[in-house]
Amino acid sequence: MNYTRGLKDGLPIALGYMPVAFAYAIRAVSLGFPAWFPILISASNFTGTGQVAGTDLIAEGANMGLLFATMLIINIRYSLMSVSIAQKLEPNFPVWKRAIVSFGVTDENYAVAVRQPHKLTFPYLMGLMSCSFFGWLGGTALGAALSTLLGRLLEDATGAQFYSMIMDAFSISLYAMFIAIIVPPSRDDRHILLLLAATIALSCLFYFLPVLKDLPSGVNIIVCSIVCTVIVSLLFPRTEKDDAAEERAQDGGAQ
Amino acid sequence: MIELSAMLIGCAIMFAVTYATKAIGLLFVKRPIRSRFIRSFLYYLPYSVLAVMVFPGVLFSTGWIWSGIAGTAVALVLAFFRRGLLPVSVAAIATVFLVELLYFLLA
Repeated sequence: MNYTRGLKDGLPIALGYMPVAFAYAIRAVSLGFPAWFPILISASNFTGTGQVAGTDLIAEGANMGLLFATMLIINIRYSLMSVSIAQKLEPNFPVWKRAIVSFGVTDENYAVAVRQPHKLTFPYLMGLMSCSFFGWLGGTALGAALSTLLGRLLEDATGAQFYSMIMDAFSISLYAMFIAIIVPPSRDDRHILLLLAATIALSCLFYFLPVLKDLPSGVNIIVCSIVCTVIVSLLFPRTEKDDAAEERAQDGGAQ
Repeated sequence: MIELSAMLIGCAIMFAVTYATKAIGLLFVKRPIRSRFIRSFLYYLPYSVLAVMVFPGVLFSTGWIWSGIAGTAVALVLAFFRRGLLPVSVAAIATVFLVELLYFLLA
């Protein structure tokens, strides 16, 4: 359980992060942010969904309370992962090391860390998290650099037409990745399917109905996700058996 | 142009909230969460959050509804057949680009 072993386990995560971070940076630049901004956000946040939503809200000029609340809802799942990683740490793990490791809690790092058969050591976690973090940061920097470069190269009229087509095409990429995350589990678990259907229906109301559609975009994320998740959690709470099955699936899973 | 102060304050808030949610369990919680409701809520929540963020916004994400619909349809079909994040995303990007290029050349 040393640093090199962690690096090795982190490499596939880093490669998986690069295109997501790349797409995030392109989106941020096309929203009007300077190239350094997505890089700063990736360096300080290290979270996919939260960064996308937060960056959108800042671009819209949303108020800071709404930004705070939206980030809290999107990221609250990390608290559960953080508790579960804490159970697996080796005995003498001082607070300053815990504080550093906390920064690297992400969905994928968590999934890899908790399935280790041994207690987690500080060097192993540092290897795992630094490797995936540099994939995340590198992907962001590449995306920011490329979209800035394309903007410079395609400055004349026809070029601008192509630039906007390329940016249109790239702007669907994050959504497509999110679709790839939510669709497969909804085939296996009909409770997730129900949750998605209910959420999308409510989300459409917020998108199209008068009054509701004028609310800032963080509000719809908070209201739709909390209302639908609470209802589904009350109707179909997960059993110990479900949790065990999920852990087994992660052991054999691709990611 | 987005103001510098809005960017820096926004970034600080994002960092503070994200780090706090990640650190709270490692720094303060000594025993696992047993509540079935809380465990279920935290298990289901990410799917719901992603669903709100994607739908129906994805249809309008490209600036032209028809290329948005085409890209979304391709992504849904490939995701249904369990393709990974990267193939799904590349296929959706290519679809949007081709649909817009065809329209640009033919119209």
